[in-house]
Amino acid sequence: MASEVNAVGGRRLFSGRVGLTALAAFAAVISILPVLWMVSAAFKTRSTVTDGNLIPTEFTIQNFVYVFTEVPFVRYLWNSFFISAVITIAALLFHSMAAYALARLRFPGREKIFMAIFSTLLVTAPVVLIPLFIVARELGLLDSYAGLIIPAIFNAFGIFLLRQFYLGLPKELEEAAVLDGCGHWRVYWNIVLPMSRPILSALAVFFFLANWNAFVWPQVATSDQSLTVVQLGIASFQTQYLSNWNYILAAATVAALPMLALFFTFQRQIVDSIKTSGMK
Amino acid sequence: MSSVAAQDHRPAAAPAAPAPPPPRRGLGRKQREWIAAGLFLAPDAIGLTLFVAIPMVLSILLSFFQVSGFGSYEWIGLGNYERMMNDPLFWDSMKVTGLYVVILVPVLFCVSLGLGLLVKQKLPGMGAYRTALFLPYVVSLVVVGVLWKFLLDEQVGAVNRAMRAIGLEGESWLGDPTLALGCVIAVMVWVMMGYYMIIFLAGLQEIPKEYYEAAKIDGAGPWTTFRTITWPLLRPTSFFVLLMSTVAAITGGLDLIFVLTNGGPANGTSLAIFYIYQQAFGFGEYGYASAMGSFLVLIMVLCSAVIFKLTRGGRFDDGE
Repeated sequence: MASEVNAVGGRRLFSGRVGLTALAAFAAVISILPVLWMVSAAFKTRSTVTDGNLIPTEFTIQNFVYVFTEVPFVRYLWNSFFISAVITIAALLFHSMAAYALARLRFPGREKIFMAIFSTLLVTAPVVLIPLFIVARELGLLDSYAGLIIPAIFNAFGIFLLRQFYLGLPKELEEAAVLDGCGHWRVYWNIVLPMSRPILSALAVFFFLANWNAFVWPQVATSDQSLTVVQLGIASFQTQYLSNWNYILAAATVAALPMLALFFTFQRQIVDSIKTSGMK
Repeated sequence: MSSVAAQDHRPAAAPAAPAPPPPRRGLGRKQREWIAAGLFLAPDAIGLTLFVAIPMVLSILLSFFQVSGFGSYEWIGLGNYERMMNDPLFWDSMKVTGLYVVILVPVLFCVSLGLGLLVKQKLPGMGAYRTALFLPYVVSLVVVGVLWKFLLDEQVGAVNRAMRAIGLEGESWLGDPTLALGCVIAVMVWVMMGYYMIIFLAGLQEIPKEYYEAAKIDGAGPWTTFRTITWPLLRPTSFFVLLMSTVAAITGGLDLIFVLTNGGPANGTSLAIFYIYQQAFGFGEYGYASAMGSFLVLIMVLCSAVIFKLTRGGRFDDGE
């Protein structure tokens, strides 16, 4: 349809626009159909779950009842929520503190420290999984909430984005506060932090999402049933209930739903934080 | 508390080594700023050292040890690397990884760029299409794995059902090594395309509209416009996407493999990172796994360097 786009005079032929719209709609359907299929299958009965209909012919909520009564799914959800929330709050606090110091305070070695922090961006999580496991074991962090939470807090990505943001903030307010005799902590807490609400909320959504969806580290760091997070719960659930697709997909839907809700509520923040991450 | 020398506006020129802190009363503004900076940085600095920097160094160190059971380490020099050279399963997993990266990265790049160009157009309902295209990204890879295992099931899966409905033979998607790897790649594209689409969209929106208007006046067609304006000006974004997706492809995808194929069938989807994971946490071969992991990092760094070189770090100035 590209050849049908007539650029002369800046007017596109109607058929070109229709073609592009159709293409976009088609791609969008491909994109969401599998997710819709999962949600629909979660409401089907055992005998109709594989019938190939998108709309359930026999609608039931029995799968969800089963998942919540036969498996400690509430526990899994709570663990994931608790861990993700604590990581998010701690990460926002620590990263914004570090970023504030790197952007605003003057001290010897500032650029070197920034480069050192920046270089840790290159170390991706799966690569240090084994030594991280050993460090966590030596520190006695395995099979504990602390072990699930603490190592997940630290990443240079958040520091980097926040520093960029602080570099762009006007200095006048802080300088006035310093002249009034405010300490650095009060400047940070009362002035800088409130001003960074937009980027903090974008990062919060992003951190929460990433940690809710995390699977590999919780699998390595925990074996205690009471610490099982929701992704681990799903993974072991699907090996136990092999072809009981109605139960498995109900469980998967429950795990995915909070993130889908979060996505629809904070879509702009998520998209914004991805956009800023792509630019320098 | 103490007097603040507010008139001191000299830039910090990093003078001699910081003296031991004098009594608090005598602290100058500059010293107080240093201390504040130290305290502000402390949590992240300690955390990053403990959970990123030390593990990185440890990863290399461990590769020279034979680790057995709990906490017994024996120095074996390059033993693990020798073992790696002679481990056919490792090299098979490297081959799988190579194929995976070489197919996934370009496909993901083209699909995301195409979607970015598409959703940039002002068309009816585009906001909804963008949302729909991004949606798979927020679903965890575990759920994605479960979901596609269901859709790709040979007997009851929706994919085969749809194929039979239009008169085709169903395939054993996850039962054949080559097909299974193809499925893993396709699923990964499906998950990630919305994310990179947004990054491309951001890059495309950075390109000044005036260029396109000028091209229109000159009567340039869509392909010429893309080739002479969009492609060169999109270079920093392209570089970023290429680098990110390559690094992610080499070291990521563990969650999806676990749930969707568990490395099978016949190790057809056993990516290197999966094999390394199995050696470490399945067989307790932490030393050997670390050696393979270090090797994989080396490959990753080399790939990044090549991408950097080929795209000249994403800078605009090309001599053509």
